[in-house]
Amino acid sequence: MQATESVIYNRAGQRVVSPEYLLFEAPRTKHFMTGSEAVKEAVRRASVDASVSYPITPQSEAAHLIGELWVEGYVGVYFRGESEFGVMSEIAGCAMAGARTITTTSGPGTLRAFENFPMWAGTRIPVQLVLMARGVNSPLSIQPDNLEVGFLLDTGCMIWYAENAQDLFDMILAGFVVAEQPDVHVPVITVVDGFFVSHTREAIMLPPDDIALPPYNPYRAPMPVIDAEVPPGRFLRDPFVMKSNYISYATHASWQWEVRSAIERSRPYAKRYLKGLIEEFGDPSAELVFVACGTAAAQAKEAVRLLEDEGIKARVVKLKTIRPFPVEELKGAVKNAKYIFVPEFNVVGWLEREVRRYLYGHSDAEVIGSPRVAGGMTMPAEVIVQEVLKLTGKEVKHVL
Amino acid sequence: MATLGPSGFSPYPVAVYEGVLNPPPGKALMFNEIVDEELAMREAARAMLTRANPTIFPGPQVLYAWNEEAREKAKLVKRIAQVLGAKIIPMYDYRPKYPKIDPAVEINPNHPNLTIWHNRIKACIFVGVHCHYANVALKIIRAETDCFTIAMCGMAGHEDAMITLRDQHVEEMERFIKVAEEVKKELGK
Repeated sequence: MQATESVIYNRAGQRVVSPEYLLFEAPRTKHFMTGSEAVKEAVRRASVDASVSYPITPQSEAAHLIGELWVEGYVGVYFRGESEFGVMSEIAGCAMAGARTITTTSGPGTLRAFENFPMWAGTRIPVQLVLMARGVNSPLSIQPDNLEVGFLLDTGCMIWYAENAQDLFDMILAGFVVAEQPDVHVPVITVVDGFFVSHTREAIMLPPDDIALPPYNPYRAPMPVIDAEVPPGRFLRDPFVMKSNYISYATHASWQWEVRSAIERSRPYAKRYLKGLIEEFGDPSAELVFVACGTAAAQAKEAVRLLEDEGIKARVVKLKTIRPFPVEELKGAVKNAKYIFVPEFNVVGWLEREVRRYLYGHSDAEVIGSPRVAGGMTMPAEVIVQEVLKLTGKEVKHVL
Repeated sequence: MATLGPSGFSPYPVAVYEGVLNPPPGKALMFNEIVDEELAMREAARAMLTRANPTIFPGPQVLYAWNEEAREKAKLVKRIAQVLGAKIIPMYDYRPKYPKIDPAVEINPNHPNLTIWHNRIKACIFVGVHCHYANVALKIIRAETDCFTIAMCGMAGHEDAMITLRDQHVEEMERFIKVAEEVKKELGK
């Protein structure tokens, strides 16, 4: 039991507990559910004020399940947007008015809403977007592919990447806590691979559903909340008019750097609530390292086990956050590496680019952007093993 | 606080990109060092008492009586101004002023340097300014002026200020007044 002087309850009648208690101390029980259902269970415990959805399908049923939470009284406001762009705009309105907000999207819907993401960051709203990555390439795909994450990297939003339903559940709760810190206060995009995680069932450990995060306090925000009744809020967040003069340019420059500074300030909070920005798996002495996130990290772990049978030591560095990028953690984790494989679920290799960028001049390892699958293809562990065996010149025994 | 001058492609310094983060709770930031709050308060008071045209820039959170703490803080801001012999120039609004701000009577986060230039301000305190706007303004001031900036913040602080005092509420501001009175006495003022 959390030590508190007085017991506080949220609108749903749940006992409000500290983030530390909810994430690390509360007893947990095992459940068997999909990633979408894990989203629902996280939102149930997050004292969410508002959620907006667009009835896209088959993205996932996460948004629909949040609607069920509204019916049950766990979410304050829930409505349907006119389009994906409408959803992301309306989410912004809810957040500017002081609400803790969450929505979900994927694939082409992400691109249709895209203008809103840098706007979210620039207006310093701590909204959460659960992105069930699904690909954006033509011909239209509804299959798992995380190309859209590459497009989102420089929107000014934090980007966290969950490997499985358990990660997703914990990241959604931690995401609100970190994003709402007054010196951070930028959106968090919690990414998970569509279908692989959103639609499949797995075991997940959940704390009781009668406890929840403390409600959001918008009066700690770094911009005035739009509140027509309370004086500071009467001063709307008018943008500086984009006049062609040095003052406008200068303000915009300072503003943009401030948004990116806010992401950097999230590092210590994210380290605390995610228990580190990376996770390492496998033999620490291995010179062959997989750097990956999401499902690719899960498959790389399987590949490490298969490689053990081949007598090859390998390990995985799973990146939990992409923005902020765990630069120092990665440098430390690969300091003895000779080969760094970056397996990915997209055609462009955006994570390989990130790894090369941040390790440039800091690692002598050869970075290999492989294997890479896209458009809905799976990445069997054997495919990863095959790439490694090709490099080492060993015979490929596994039949695909 | 960042090194004076451009940071990367930005015309302005950005402390975070030089590895300077806000101080932990209970501590203060002085230039790029984490120090005891008492020491930072003393140096802040000294800067205000020894530099030309010291000025306090109160923001909306202490200018408007939107809660009881704001009322109390507003009284303390006036008291601090008296002790430090400082002017008060408000930042009552965050909207940019076109065609031209009146720099004698107000400051704006989008072009704070105009007010500092006009009044030849060499030391200032930001108090009650929402954090985002304080951060935008402090980067500009650092690059465009030679003003010594002090952030008296109710939240986590501002690493782009030269001195950052974080979690400053009524009790802390009262303590600052006591420290300022001591420093003033030491300086024989």
